[in-house]
Amino acid sequence: MSVIGRIRQGIYFDSVTLMNMGRELSGMEGVVDAAIVMGTHENKAILQAAGLLIDLFADTSDSDLLIGVKLDDPSKEEQILEAVDVLLSKRKEVSEGDNTFLPQSLDGALTVLPDANLVLISIAGRYAAFEAQKALDQGRHVMMFSDNVSIEDEVALKIVAREKGLLVMGPDCGTAIINGVPLAFANVVRRGKIGIVAASGTGLQEVSCLIHNAGAGISQAIGTGGRDVKKQVGGIMFIEGLKALLDDAETETVLLVSKPPDADVLAAVNAIVASSSKPVVSMFLGASGAGDNNPQSLEEAALMSVALAQKKSLDDVRSELKQRDEVLLAQAEELRNKCTGKQQYIRGLFSGGTFCTEAQLILEDMVKGDMYANAPAGRVQSLEDAMHSVAHTFVDLGEDEFTVGRPHPMIDYTLRNKRIADEADDAETAVILLDIVLGYGSNMNLVEELKDVITDAARKVVVVCSVTGTDMDPQNRGAVISMLRKSGAVVLPSNAAACLLAGYVVSGLSV
Amino acid sequence: MSIQDIFQSELQVVNIGLTSFKEALDDVGAKAVQVEWKPPIEVSLEARQTIYANRKRIEAANEKVMDIILKGMPQLVGMGTARDVIPGMKDNLILHAGPPITWDRMCGPMRGAIMGALIYEGRADTSEAAAELAASGDIEFAPCHEHATVGPMAGIVSASMPVFILENTAFGNEAYCTMNEGLGKVLRYGAYSEEVIKRLKWMEEVMYPVLQGAIAAVGPIDLKNLIAQALHMGDEVHNRNRAATSLLYRQLAPAIIRSCDDKDNAADVLDFIQGNDHFFLNLSMPACKATLDAARDIKDSSVLVVMSRNGTDFGIQLAGTGNQWFTGPSDVPDALFFPGYTKEDANPDIGDSSITETNGLGGFAIAASPAIVQFVGGNAADAIRYTKEMYEISAAENTVYQIPYLNFRGTPTGIDLVNVIEKNILPFIDTGVAHREPGIGQVGAGVLRASLQPFIHAFEGLADCFR
Repeated sequence: MSVIGRIRQGIYFDSVTLMNMGRELSGMEGVVDAAIVMGTHENKAILQAAGLLIDLFADTSDSDLLIGVKLDDPSKEEQILEAVDVLLSKRKEVSEGDNTFLPQSLDGALTVLPDANLVLISIAGRYAAFEAQKALDQGRHVMMFSDNVSIEDEVALKIVAREKGLLVMGPDCGTAIINGVPLAFANVVRRGKIGIVAASGTGLQEVSCLIHNAGAGISQAIGTGGRDVKKQVGGIMFIEGLKALLDDAETETVLLVSKPPDADVLAAVNAIVASSSKPVVSMFLGASGAGDNNPQSLEEAALMSVALAQKKSLDDVRSELKQRDEVLLAQAEELRNKCTGKQQYIRGLFSGGTFCTEAQLILEDMVKGDMYANAPAGRVQSLEDAMHSVAHTFVDLGEDEFTVGRPHPMIDYTLRNKRIADEADDAETAVILLDIVLGYGSNMNLVEELKDVITDAARKVVVVCSVTGTDMDPQNRGAVISMLRKSGAVVLPSNAAACLLAGYVVSGLSV
Repeated sequence: MSIQDIFQSELQVVNIGLTSFKEALDDVGAKAVQVEWKPPIEVSLEARQTIYANRKRIEAANEKVMDIILKGMPQLVGMGTARDVIPGMKDNLILHAGPPITWDRMCGPMRGAIMGALIYEGRADTSEAAAELAASGDIEFAPCHEHATVGPMAGIVSASMPVFILENTAFGNEAYCTMNEGLGKVLRYGAYSEEVIKRLKWMEEVMYPVLQGAIAAVGPIDLKNLIAQALHMGDEVHNRNRAATSLLYRQLAPAIIRSCDDKDNAADVLDFIQGNDHFFLNLSMPACKATLDAARDIKDSSVLVVMSRNGTDFGIQLAGTGNQWFTGPSDVPDALFFPGYTKEDANPDIGDSSITETNGLGGFAIAASPAIVQFVGGNAADAIRYTKEMYEISAAENTVYQIPYLNFRGTPTGIDLVNVIEKNILPFIDTGVAHREPGIGQVGAGVLRASLQPFIHAFEGLADCFR
C-alpha cells in the first residue's frame, strides 16, 4: 500500500465536482482510496482522516488543488496519475464548454445579464458573505445555499437587505420558489395563491409538494435559513418575507413553517399575523403560532392552507385526517404480522432534518420506551454514536458528522443505503422509516440506487417511506412510488402519515 | 425598492457556485448565467476589509484616473539624444527595464545589454572590461520608468543613444524610447557582439538624422489614431506591430525622400523599417507610457500605471501610491521557442513592454490579434477568451482602441488591482523570450500571466494608505 500525491495550481472546481471526480478515481483498479480537494485547512483534515495527507501537502494554500491517492500496487502510480490528468482535463473542457467565455465574477455576470435580480450563492461559506454583500450593494436579491457563514455576517447582511427592501434567503437556505422558478433543492409545483415563508428547507419542500398534490398552488416560497428565527438574527427575513407576502396581490393565504422560533421572534410574527387580513397558517414544529388553526404536522398545515385558499372549512381537513387515521390503524394491524421475535423498534433514517424532528415530535407520545436521535427534539435523548442505533432511533444523515467531505444524503445515497441494510439485519428493527426527497438538486438516479436495497430490506422488516415530490419533478413522483411499492415498501403521501403508520405498527407489538 | 418588486418581474439569476443549480434553471426555462468563480487571491483579512470599507473612495479615484488615461493623446513630436532630452539623464547613468535592481542581482541578458551599452559609449573595449566597470560602482543604474522612459526587454538606454520624443498633448507630459533594432542578435536581448554595436552606431549616425528630419517635416504624428487603426488590422502592438509599422512607414516614406539628401541613406533607413516588423513597438510603448504617466499620483487609486520586469523581479506601481514599487520574482513565460532552444534556456520575463497591457493593449487586446496566440498553440477562440477575461479586471473600456470581432467593443483598459485580487485573475501578457545567458539574444516568444507577489504586496500597500 502506498500513498501518492500531486499539487495543481491555477485550477478550481466546486466541491461537488471534486467529490464526483474523487469517487470516479476511487473506483479505478488499483486505487484503495482517493480524494481531490482544494487545499483548505478543513480539507486537509479530511485528507488526514483518510490517511491521504502526505508531507508534500504541508505548505499548500487554499487555492492549490490537492490530489491524494492510496494505491494497493505502487507500480500503478504512472497509470493512475495519467488517469488523474485525463479526469481533470475532461472536467475543464466541460466547464469551458464550446469555448464560450463564462464570466468570472458577479460584475462580469451582470454585464452579460444586466437585469439579473437574484444571486444564488453556493460557494464555500467563508467566501459566501462577501459575494452576498456585493450582490446587495448592486441592488440584487440574494439566496445563500452556502452554510458555515458566521452569524455576525448573517445579521449584517440581513440588516442591509431590510434597509434596501431586498431578500437574503439563507445562509444555509436549501430551497425557495420565486415566481414559479424552483431554486437550489426545490420541487416543480403549480403556481397558485398560497405563499410560504419557511425557516426549514425540507419543511418548505414538504408543504409545497403537498399543496401541489392536493390540487392547489404556490405564489412564492421564501426560505430564510434555519438560523433566521433564532434570537441573534431576530427573524429579520422571516418577518420581511411574511410582510411581503401579505402585501402581494397574488398571495391569498400564507403558510409559515419553522422549528420553534425564539420567543421574541414568535411574538413579533404572531403580532403581524393577528392583524393580518389574509388567513395565515403557522407550523412551528413543537410550538404553536397565532390563530386557532394550530396544525399538528407539516401535512396538516399544508392541507389547512389549501382549504383556506379554496375557502373550505378547516374542520373538513381535521375530519379527513381522522378518517385517514383509521385506515392507517388497519394497515398497521396487517403489517404487524410481519414482525417476529425481537423486532420492536423504529429506525428512522432521514435525509431531511425537519423530517427527523417532525418524526420525533409525532412519535414521542405514541411509542413506549426510549427514543434516541443525533439531533434530538422533545423527550428524545441524544444518541451517543450516530453510526449505531439504540432502541427507537432517528438519524438525520444531513448532520455534519455524516456530510464532512461528502455530498448531502439527498444527492449521494451511498451512506443511507448502507445504513438501511445494516438496520434491516438488526434483529430488533421492526420498521425502517425513510424520507425520499425528489426535485432539482436531489439524486436523479434514485430509483436505480434504491431498488435493490429496499427490496432486500423489505423482506426482513417493514419499510415505510414518504415521498416528497410532484409528478412535475424531474424524477417523477408517480414513477418513484411505483418502484418503491414494487420493491415491497409501504409508501405514504407525507412524512407525518409515514410516522403515524410506523408508530401504530410498533405500539401494537408485544415483545 | 421592496421585496415585492421581484414578484412583479421576470426572475433572472446569477448562479455563483454549483453548476447543477444553473442546469436546473435552464431546465425550467429560467434566465440564468453561471459565474466561473474562483476563491480570491489570499491577502490579509485586515487589508481586504480596509480596501472594501474604502471602496467608494477608491472607485472615485479610479474614475478620475481612467478619465485621464482615456483622454491621453500620445503624439510623436521629435527625436533627440538621451543625454539632452531625458530628464535626469547623465553620462554615467544607464537606464534599464523594470523595477530598481543592482548589478549583482541582474539577469544575464540585462548584464549583456549593459556591457554592450558601455562598449557602444566607448567606456570599455571588451565585454570583460565592461562588466568590471559596471560592477565598480562608477556607473549608476535606474529604472527607465523613473525617467519618463520605457525600453523593451533589457530596456537599456545610455547617454548617447537617440530617442523618440513623444508628447501627451492632452496633459503636456513627455515620454521617451530608443529606436527598435530588429530581431535576432540585438542589444535589448542581451547581445553585445561587434555586429550589435555596429548596428547601434549606424542607427545613431544614419537613421537618427534621417528620421529626425522626416518627423520634423511631417509634423506631430498622432499615435493614438495610428494604434486604433492597427488594432483593426490585426495588431495588438506588443507582439505584433506589422500593421502599425506599415502605417507609420506610409506616413514617413514621402517625408524621408523629401528631407534626406543622401538617396542611399534614405533607402537604407526605409529598408530597415520595412524589414523590421517590430519597429513600431518602440513607439507603442512610449505612447502607453505618456498616456499612463499623466495619471500618476491620484490619491486612493488602485489602477496600475506601471507593470514591468527587469528579468529578475516583476514590479508594479499604482496611480495611488506614488513612486513606490511593489515587486516579486519574475516568472518564465510559456513560449514557442526557436529551433534549438527550450524552456531551460529561457530567462525569466523581462522588459517594460508590458506597459502596453497596462494601457489596454498587448495581451488585453489579443482578441484583435488572434495570430499571436498561435505562438503558444492556441486558437482564435482562445484570444477572444483572454480579452474577455481581462474585462473582468479592467477599470474601463477604451474609447478609441477597439476589438472588431467583439462588435468594436473598447479594449479592456486600466488594470484595477482590487479586481485582480478579488477575482483571482492575473493580467495576461504577450512577450518575447531572452536567453538567460548574456550575448545570445532572443530564443522565443509567447504569453504569460503577471507574477502574483507584486499584486499581493500592492494590495497591502494600498490598504496601508487608508490606515
